Amino acid sequence: MNIKKTVIASMLGLSAISVNVQAEQFTVKIENLTNGIFFTPLLVAAHDSSTSLFQTGTSANASLEAMAEGGDISGLAADIAGTSPTTAENPAAGLLAPGANTTTSMLNTDGTANDYLSIVGMLLPTNDGFVGLNSWEIPSTAGTYTFTINGYDAGTEANDELTTSIPAPIDFGTGTGGTGVAASDNNTNVHIHRGSIGDDNSTGGISDLDNSVHRWLNPIARITVVVQ
Amino acid sequence: MSLFKIDLRTAMVTGAIGTSMLLTGCGSSSSHDNTVDMRTYEISVSNVTPNQPFSPVAVILHTPGYQAWVDGEAASSALEILAEEGDNSNLLSNAGDHSAYLAGDSGAGIIGPGSSENVQLEADVQNGVNLSVVTMLVNTNDAYTGINASSLADLASGDSVSFRAPVWDAGTEDNTEAAGTIPGPADGGEGFNAARSDNSDRVRFHSGVISNQDGLSGSVLTADHRFDNPAAVITITRLN
Repeated sequence: MNIKKTVIASMLGLSAISVNVQAEQFTVKIENLTNGIFFTPLLVAAHDSSTSLFQTGTSANASLEAMAEGGDISGLAADIAGTSPTTAENPAAGLLAPGANTTTSMLNTDGTANDYLSIVGMLLPTNDGFVGLNSWEIPSTAGTYTFTINGYDAGTEANDELTTSIPAPIDFGTGTGGTGVAASDNNTNVHIHRGSIGDDNSTGGISDLDNSVHRWLNPIARITVVVQ
Repeated sequence: MSLFKIDLRTAMVTGAIGTSMLLTGCGSSSSHDNTVDMRTYEISVSNVTPNQPFSPVAVILHTPGYQAWVDGEAASSALEILAEEGDNSNLLSNAGDHSAYLAGDSGAGIIGPGSSENVQLEADVQNGVNLSVVTMLVNTNDAYTGINASSLADLASGDSVSFRAPVWDAGTEDNTEAAGTIPGPADGGEGFNAARSDNSDRVRFHSGVISNQDGLSGSVLTADHRFDNPAAVITITRLN
């Protein structure tokens, strides 16, 4: 396909035009492999090399904070819109439950420089955890590419693990009456999430999360990209 | 090189007998050539956990049609038995009956923390070759680690590839960590129980054991039974 494009470009005398030589059509499947953590609406974006949705070791902007604390991807989508990314917003049409998976419709990056794939979605119930993929280079060769990705902490909210600070669109099996696990984040930049701690007391203890339901170890999700 | 000699000898014997069994044996398969492609793999399983012995490992070579499990779906009974009790015999015999089966074996015994074991398998890979490996973390209710049908087709002779294997939860037994429910030396409790006490009954990544030192008061496990990913480093070397 790339060869053909080069040939056509030569025939048209357009050799100076730099077109993308990466994948052009692909789907992205996201599997939630956690025990008891839901993913809020996901933002799946193919974008150019100068764009990103998040970066570890840097402070989260307001849009990333809104996604990680409240599940709202509209700010991030608006932030990158100027670079004309190829996106799939909310492919699961709501929460992606533990054990469930979702696949985007066909994404077509033909004629763009959108050669890098990023994915974000909030983890519920957490304070500001999110599942993330940052700028994975999309292969040019047709095939099926599978890998796993981790949970991150936006660093914007203390991980107190209290229901008063965690949105709950559905019942996640959380408790009440916790005293709060942590009062502040030591690392206020985006970082790998340490995991929730929870406890086995649904009406007290330090956390409103259940330690047999809401813990996880990284990785937490599998990504399968099928390049046509 | 010695295996190449075996190939020749097999061909000679077949020729001498004058049968056409080779073609018949491949009658139902796809567009692949009926060209025998014998390969030998050495699979090394290294236990990198603090205190989770591995049950005797099940190692299976197969074509793409077989999977020991599918993430997000209910475990087979054979996987349940392996993940709850460490007994790999059902998983291996079921795999052996599968049309996609090429070769398989059990490890010789328990692989302790810090130890490793090598298993060699030889198979004709003309229709593709995937590897599956399964072993229980015995100081858990139903955790296992391994490899789920990864292709070895592109591994060149003499080359190696390593996998850092995560831990799965078979989803067949509730992770109570309670006395009497864990077969490993931390408890000496029950292994397999056909009841599916885990509410969600689906395979997923394990969320880790909690232990009685980290907030699960009914647990018989202590902090050194906790683990993180990866639990195993599995290295495959293609010997020919």
